[in-house]
Amino acid sequence: MTGLAPSAQVVAAEECARAAFAEHAGDRGPLMPIFHTIQERLGYVPPEVEPVLADLLNISIAEVHGVRTFYHDFRHSPAAHTVLVCRAEACQSLGGQALMAYAEEALGVDKGEVTPDGEIRLEQVFCLGNCALGPSVMVDGRVHGRVSPARFDALVGEVRST
Amino acid sequence: MTVYVSRDSASVSVGADEVAATLERAGVQVLRTGSRGMLWLEPLVEVDTPEGRVGYGPVNPEDVGGLISSGLLDGSAPGLGLVEELPWMRTQNRLTFARVGVIDPLSPDAHLQYGGNVGLQKALAMEPAAVVAEVSDSGLRGRGGAGFPTGIKWKTVLGAEGPLKFVCCNADEGDSSTFADRMLMEGDPFTLIEGMTIAAHAVGASEGYVYIRSEYPDAVATMRAAIEIARAQGWLGDNILGSDLSYDMHVRVGAGAYICGEETSMLESLEGKRGMVRAKPPIPALEGLFGKPTVVNNVLSLGAVPQILAKGAKAYADLGVGRSRGTTIFQLGGNIARGGVYETAFGITLGELVNDLGGGTASGRPIRAVQVGGPLGAYVPVEQFDLPMDYEAFAEAGAMVGHGGIAVFDDTVDMSWMARFAFEFCAAESCGKCTPCRIGAVRGVETMDRIRAGEDREKNLLLLDDLCELMTDGSLCAMGGLTPLPVQSARRHFEEDFTGKDLAR
Ligand SMILES: Cc1cc2nc3c(=O)[nH]c(=O)nc-3n(C[C@H](O)[C@H](O)[C@H](O)COP(=O)(O)O)c2cc1C
Ligand code: SF4
Ligand code: FES
Repeated sequence: MTGLAPSAQVVAAEECARAAFAEHAGDRGPLMPIFHTIQERLGYVPPEVEPVLADLLNISIAEVHGVRTFYHDFRHSPAAHTVLVCRAEACQSLGGQALMAYAEEALGVDKGEVTPDGEIRLEQVFCLGNCALGPSVMVDGRVHGRVSPARFDALVGEVRST
Repeated sequence: MTVYVSRDSASVSVGADEVAATLERAGVQVLRTGSRGMLWLEPLVEVDTPEGRVGYGPVNPEDVGGLISSGLLDGSAPGLGLVEELPWMRTQNRLTFARVGVIDPLSPDAHLQYGGNVGLQKALAMEPAAVVAEVSDSGLRGRGGAGFPTGIKWKTVLGAEGPLKFVCCNADEGDSSTFADRMLMEGDPFTLIEGMTIAAHAVGASEGYVYIRSEYPDAVATMRAAIEIARAQGWLGDNILGSDLSYDMHVRVGAGAYICGEETSMLESLEGKRGMVRAKPPIPALEGLFGKPTVVNNVLSLGAVPQILAKGAKAYADLGVGRSRGTTIFQLGGNIARGGVYETAFGITLGELVNDLGGGTASGRPIRAVQVGGPLGAYVPVEQFDLPMDYEAFAEAGAMVGHGGIAVFDDTVDMSWMARFAFEFCAAESCGKCTPCRIGAVRGVETMDRIRAGEDREKNLLLLDDLCELMTDGSLCAMGGLTPLPVQSARRHFEEDFTGKDLAR
């Protein structure tokens, strides 16, 4: 996406929104599934989808915007990979807090930011359901347990090279 | 000869996929199951022997070759011995989790072979009101945290008029140190489907939703696959198992909002809206999803139902203590030597769980505190380890059982930091509808920062008390209402961490 001219990006976002709407036409209250589908395809949910979806769903743009921005998961900018570091209590008891500090330093970004090369988005997460094997990290949807700083580097290295 | 390796995401998080792949490359036939819940042994490899399955673990991919040559495949290699004879397994009373870790989660044949659908069949032969009565008589209370009697809820929905009713399963499981919902969905999804189908029959619902948090992609995939299979088997759809029940269900995925575990916020999210908490009344049982009568239950509440129907209310109600009947699934996490899930009757003590079963801390240092019941639950000191796991006993001690999660901390924990974190979490996850929670949480972080920095400590500790009182009394839901619980319990039991010098490190 990043290589396209802005107008082409807008067109792509709008097309994606229409396709997602069509796929979820049979769902009750389809906005969340639609957003998930858009995010799966574009890596984020661009603001340009709002007027299109408002029109198709017959609700206000403000409402679509409200939903898009309420949920932490619907990202506002693209990134090739997403790294979630758990900061919830059980992982904190095993050094989750220090691991997050390490992740920020190693990637050179604060949590909530994307590395300048657009490769890695670093986010905090409150529990990955892996609380007996912390500290836990999720990379592109896969959970890793007992993550040391060295293991963190290895995990990031694996996705960076692909 | 079959070799079993878990496909549960916790097992995979420490290398179960690599172990399974290494075994397969060596020509071994591997069956992927859920996890037994002994997570400190993962990746655990099990092998059939005439006496039962024997176990090896934790196994690294590098160990596989050596294990095979020393007799893994006939179970003669030295290992853990018979899995079901291990103390952790032998002393449990696995009802809801009976099949988890034993069977291929997506095999309908295995489901039937190991006692699945017996409860459903019984329920379908009964009048809806009789099914509701059975659930009431079992004493089952909601496992999602509040402990509300499930039978009463179902009775309300059954009594509500309307052509369209829903069953919604709350699988948002946002509490730290809870993962039993996830393990059931990944390890035995047909049990949840069965429980929801029984609920649908009991209350007259035709449509169901499982709202799964987005942090659980494997549970989402497994539930979706299981629903497809169940449809093909005639376990969902029209005329289920030849009865006149028509019921179908769908998976919906959350989007990283803890508050969507609160039932009305979850319903808003299911409707495609922001996860803002609704004021009650109306209660969801009468006006729930899209304003229709709706059962909202936790995964473990619904997961207990098939066994209750199969074995009878009395067998279930005979277990437990006081008004906490039956079994529940405790989850040991954090800094613990042996962490995992353990299903047993209510009444076991906190100390038995954490010390006897859990083996104390993973770090080998003394335990200082445990947090029971997730981020809105109290911190409990070692002095209270004789507390029985029982809703009422915990409430009396100023704590809560919640969803049964226990996070262990060793003596390096800084309790004023954990109190600060409770506010930080609330500030990050508040839905923003009411002021005591939205603003109070932010003030709480600031106040804790001042206390930790030693600024006007007396004055700020008083301010902290006032703030906690305000949040407790003035919040619309338990997010703001219970955030003071971890804060004030930390304060009460670990005062020295709030008044000592140089707290901010
Ligand atoms: C902030 C907050 C978060 C909650 N999170 C969950 C959750 O993740 N899962 C759950 O089942 N219940 C959760 N609950 C409780 C639900 O509101 C509700 O009581 C429960 O889903 C009812 O099901 P049960 O009676 O089977 O427990 C939460 C409540 C609050 C206030
Ligand atoms: S207490 Fe917090 S989460 Fe609950 S309704 Fe109020 S603002 Fe929302
Ligand atoms: S607290 Fe980190 S995975 Fe649950």
